[in-house]
Amino acid sequence: MIGIEHYIVVSSILFVLGVLGIFLNRKNVIVILMAIELILLSVNINFVAFSAFLNDLVGQVFAMLVLTVAAGEAAIGLAILVIYYRSRGTIAVDDANRMKG
Amino acid sequence: MIQAFAFYLFAALVLASGAFTILARNPVHSVLWLILAFFNAAGLMVIVGAEFIAMLLVIVYVGAVAVLFLFVVMMLDIDFAELRSGLVRYFPLGLAIAVVLAAELVLGVGAYRAGALELGTPAAETAPLVGEANIVSIGALLYGRYLFLFESAGIILLVAMIGAIVLTQREARADAGRSQQNISRQVSRRPEEATVNTRPEVGQGVQL
Repeated sequence: MIGIEHYIVVSSILFVLGVLGIFLNRKNVIVILMAIELILLSVNINFVAFSAFLNDLVGQVFAMLVLTVAAGEAAIGLAILVIYYRSRGTIAVDDANRMKG
Repeated sequence: MIQAFAFYLFAALVLASGAFTILARNPVHSVLWLILAFFNAAGLMVIVGAEFIAMLLVIVYVGAVAVLFLFVVMMLDIDFAELRSGLVRYFPLGLAIAVVLAAELVLGVGAYRAGALELGTPAAETAPLVGEANIVSIGALLYGRYLFLFESAGIILLVAMIGAIVLTQREARADAGRSQQNISRQVSRRPEEATVNTRPEVGQGVQL
């Protein structure tokens, strides 16, 4: 029988894969954004699984809010990416030092 | 039985496509693997009876976010092979951090000798409505108890939309032949100068 533990294992592995993706593709912002989407997806799986097994709908409401933030973040992130590419001609993040930070 | 089979199928596919997302050589393939991961995560959610969130995941992530990624990847002319050059160098550090994180998660969830996971008692007022569909219960909660959160989500999306438009808008050129919006003229417009009342003779028509 499938229990809450199975879902926690799946979402944990997905979370770690997302973090690994950020480190592996350190130069490519697009793949970094996709890895962040994977992380948010694993969080959503966790929320929904707990919501279902606890018989409490707040988890699903919160998963919807996470979805909202993920969509907004993707839109803003890709917009920043497009204007960065327009002004620099590349999207390599390791030479993004224009603000001398 | 069928539930367990479906769970293992979806779980294996979501993990495999997640791994291929971060390892694919071509970012277009990454986006396609990401879409597969979203579909399978939606399947995982359907199994536990959260159909609304599952469908929302397919519509919002696959229909909007992943297609947005696909557009951007295809629009920008980038030498992706050059961007992957550091992969081998970063792999040991990334793997080490991932292993540490995984170990922490295992410790946190498993909490050595803590016994099986015990779930708390849910609040009675947020339990699913008896005999109603998932979406009906969520709607009752979302438009009642969590109305403010729902409205804030709308505000967040509005701000994100305006931000993305403002960021990517190029400088408007006056000589481009496009009709420009004159906001002060629009605002100062009054009904008296915009509309007229006429009483034309029968069969004469109106002179504008």
